[in-house]
Amino acid sequence: MMLIPCPWCGPRDESEFHYGGQAGVAYPDDPGALTDAEWARYLFFRDNPKGPFRERWSHTAGCRRWFSLVRDTVTNEIVA
Amino acid sequence: MSGAFRTARGGLVDRDRPLRFRFDGVEYEGLQGDTLASALLANGVHHVASSIRLGRPRGVFAAGVEEPNALVQIEEPFPEPMLPATTVELYDGLVARGLRGRGRLADRPDPARYDATHAHCDVLVVGAGPAGLAAAAVAASSGARVIVVDDQPRPGGSLLGAAEHLDWVASVAGGLRAAPEVRLLTRTTAFGYYDDNHVVAVERRTNHLGAQAPAHRSRERVWRIRARHVVLATGAHERSLAFADNDRPGVMLAGAAQTYLRRYGVRPGRRAVVLTTNDSAYAVARDLHAAGVEIAAVADLRDSPGAGRAPHGAELLPGWAVAGVTGADRISAVTLRRLAGGAFTGPELRLDADLLLVSGGWNPVGALYGQAGGRLAYDDGLGAFRPDGGCRQALEVAGSVAGTYTLKGCLAEGAAAGARAAEATGFRPGEPDLPETADPEVTPGVAVWTLPGDPATSLVDLQRDVTVADIARATGTGMRSAEHVKRYTTAGTAHDQGRTSGTLTSGIVAEMLGVNVGDLGTTTFRPPYAPVSFAALAGRDRGMRFDPVRVTALHAWHVAAGALFENVGQWKRPWYYPRDGEDMAAAVLRECRAAREGVAMMDASTLGKIDVRGADAAVFLDRLYTNMISTLKPGAIRYGVMCRPDGMVLDDGTVIRLAEDRFLVTTTTGNAAVILDWMEEWLQTEWPQLRVYCTSVTEQWATVALVGPESREVLASLAPGLDVSRDGFGFMTWRDTTVAGLDARVCRISFSGELAYEINVSWWDALALWEALAERGITPYGTQTMHVLRAEKGYPIIGQDTDGTVTPHDLGLGWAVSRTKADFIGKRSFTRTDTARTDRKQLVGLLPDGGELLPEGAHLVAAAEPPLTALGHVTSSYHSAALGRTFALALIEGGRDLVGRTVWATLDDGLAPVTITGAVLYDPEGARRDG
Ligand SMILES: [Zn+2]
Repeated sequence: MMLIPCPWCGPRDESEFHYGGQAGVAYPDDPGALTDAEWARYLFFRDNPKGPFRERWSHTAGCRRWFSLVRDTVTNEIVA
Repeated sequence: MSGAFRTARGGLVDRDRPLRFRFDGVEYEGLQGDTLASALLANGVHHVASSIRLGRPRGVFAAGVEEPNALVQIEEPFPEPMLPATTVELYDGLVARGLRGRGRLADRPDPARYDATHAHCDVLVVGAGPAGLAAAAVAASSGARVIVVDDQPRPGGSLLGAAEHLDWVASVAGGLRAAPEVRLLTRTTAFGYYDDNHVVAVERRTNHLGAQAPAHRSRERVWRIRARHVVLATGAHERSLAFADNDRPGVMLAGAAQTYLRRYGVRPGRRAVVLTTNDSAYAVARDLHAAGVEIAAVADLRDSPGAGRAPHGAELLPGWAVAGVTGADRISAVTLRRLAGGAFTGPELRLDADLLLVSGGWNPVGALYGQAGGRLAYDDGLGAFRPDGGCRQALEVAGSVAGTYTLKGCLAEGAAAGARAAEATGFRPGEPDLPETADPEVTPGVAVWTLPGDPATSLVDLQRDVTVADIARATGTGMRSAEHVKRYTTAGTAHDQGRTSGTLTSGIVAEMLGVNVGDLGTTTFRPPYAPVSFAALAGRDRGMRFDPVRVTALHAWHVAAGALFENVGQWKRPWYYPRDGEDMAAAVLRECRAAREGVAMMDASTLGKIDVRGADAAVFLDRLYTNMISTLKPGAIRYGVMCRPDGMVLDDGTVIRLAEDRFLVTTTTGNAAVILDWMEEWLQTEWPQLRVYCTSVTEQWATVALVGPESREVLASLAPGLDVSRDGFGFMTWRDTTVAGLDARVCRISFSGELAYEINVSWWDALALWEALAERGITPYGTQTMHVLRAEKGYPIIGQDTDGTVTPHDLGLGWAVSRTKADFIGKRSFTRTDTARTDRKQLVGLLPDGGELLPEGAHLVAAAEPPLTALGHVTSSYHSAALGRTFALALIEGGRDLVGRTVWATLDDGLAPVTITGAVLYDPEGARRDG
């Protein structure tokens, strides 16, 4: 069970959090201007690296805030 | 007398407290402090079980948790399967029997209690042997909060088996127990090492008391420990090596024999042969000899083991090995031969013996280190895998788990590790107080995995019956990794997790492949280190505590009215209210008739309700819903659909505009938390500039649906101040008023197609409102009737008629998708090639030609003859009072173009023809909505 540093509450058990996948995938400014392929890339394509990964978490059982961190997907070490 | 093989004195057993027990139907006597294994050995019983696959007789092989052979089933006082006899503390009245590989679960409810606790500490020490105790003592001296866990009934570890330095053990343990910031947990096995030093252990609190266990005390307790720093002092397990018939009862690990003698006062036999690859077995031989066990010979696989250490009278045979074992249920003789260049040579030496003590070396117990993410590296000097020191977690390893096998070294390493752990957490450790110990000269051991002999009877994994021949078969098929061989042969997958066989397996595979065992490596270590009962893991979270149960303010009324309940998420909702003699079908038909022909009421309080307010609330809801919300006037209500970005329906409900900057939105019962999370996610991560606040008010507002052509008269009589006329209170509007003397918000909404109202009052006032309605004789109805009424109108239930692959258009809700809004979540996806297909599965009605009630989930096929081309499936299916027949809703490919056509439903006993209709089967003109 990881100890996840909530920026508001401090380190808490992983079970208090909800995982939100890759960070930095912004909702497109003008979805109507995108091709099907570009829109599909936003909807369905995510990185899946072995190593550091910037991802989103939400402290659902605590302060309910969303935040991002960088986790090493091999060791589960939170590196940033 | 507690057994013919009990020594006259010595050991840590209480000779004044005999215990009676029964094994395989025979009465025996043991002593307080025995394990079941030591008590059996004291009575001369070696053959206690048989193996799972080959059915070979098996004896006690080890003295602790690493035991692969002696599996027993406890029968009394409460059935428990698959326990190593070496871990069962003896108690009076124990009834057990030996197993052939598989146990039997209890067939009666377990009366014991189980619980769990969370603990935090600066330093967690796993293992209370010499290294662990030294570490704990030093860490505790710093004032750090320390937890020490050990799986034995008393601290001491290997010192208990050696019976030396027990005064030091008692002194350290006493100090730990007295220290206010230290917790010493015995009978506690750390079985899982998870991320960020989260270590989970199970404490066996009353198992050793048998029928005397006090009922109020939990039997087992799970400890979930978060430690800032961990010291692993988990010790080492002796291993065997593979030779023909190496599994016969009477073959035992050498160190185990010493433990039985010195800890339990038991001679494991009368005449022993010793086979060893290292120094450790010599002390065992000398101990046994001193206790009256004759040592016939010591065969040392090293050519030059050093001189003068075999006990008096024992023949020392350097370079010799075991060539054969005589006896099946118990060995009677051992044949030795000289080994040269991997083959036996010269004459045989056959020695009578009832005990063959084997030491193939020692394996550091690195399972927790591996679970922690560390790697075990092969150490050529040790002939074993040990922690490589590169684990990222905040931990130390000390003692024999680190490959240090002298007592002096273990104590020193433990003290140093305890000091480092204390310092790492900001404490200043004191000086260690360690006992004086000898520093024996050590001759390096030799790693030998197999001896010449029949590979089909040379066992590698005793519990799984994996032989050298099996491993040869695996490598012969081309397997080149320890993981593949493990899965192919099952070596290491039994509940002993290959503790005595894992390294041996790697060694044999490496030898067969001609690779370095260090390059081959070990298999992956995963929790649990030792078996844990599901009862312990469940703890108190069973029965009513398994999951929270949510009930409405009217629950007690529903119970008193005889309602049957349906689980909807965590909610208990009335399903239907049977009257005397009614079955479900009759009750639901009656409830439906009341709603369609008179007036009926339902507790709709479980609907999710979210208060959305703020200057940008309308902008926000326009982005979330597929239809336009911002044009809604205060006082009005609109049905709305939400999609995910991929265009699939997420939820639906109503949106009530309370003011320019305030809305109340409803969600489906099971989706309330999901939608609140959804709103917060978009607000926080994409649109933080929007001034919007969302608050769950599900349990602030209780909701009663009042349904039927007579509902207007009922409402008028209860709310005299309210204009209930058709024009004065239009469809999809709301009013604040007083109903039955209670502050109420009344919405003219219908989920049945009938004239209907939803009356919202404070949760506290719900019962008063409901009773005022009930006094008028209004029929209560449950979720089943609600489902029938809505399905007759073709209203989908999100999550029942949809499955995450359904668009609003598929549901026939295209009218609720705005064409004028620039964007909303999901809009772009409606023009994707796949989403815009016209042959997608669409929601339609079904009328079974034969009047069957179709099972929900039944597949629908195009024709009655093969090939049975699948078109879709039934999503909802009911008896209809209004239609006087059964009907269903279904998702069918291109279904709206197939209205009038016959398709076939697949039932258990064949195919049934059904006719496709539009989804709205009742009052398609909507004439009944306004009463
Ligand atoms: Zn937080």
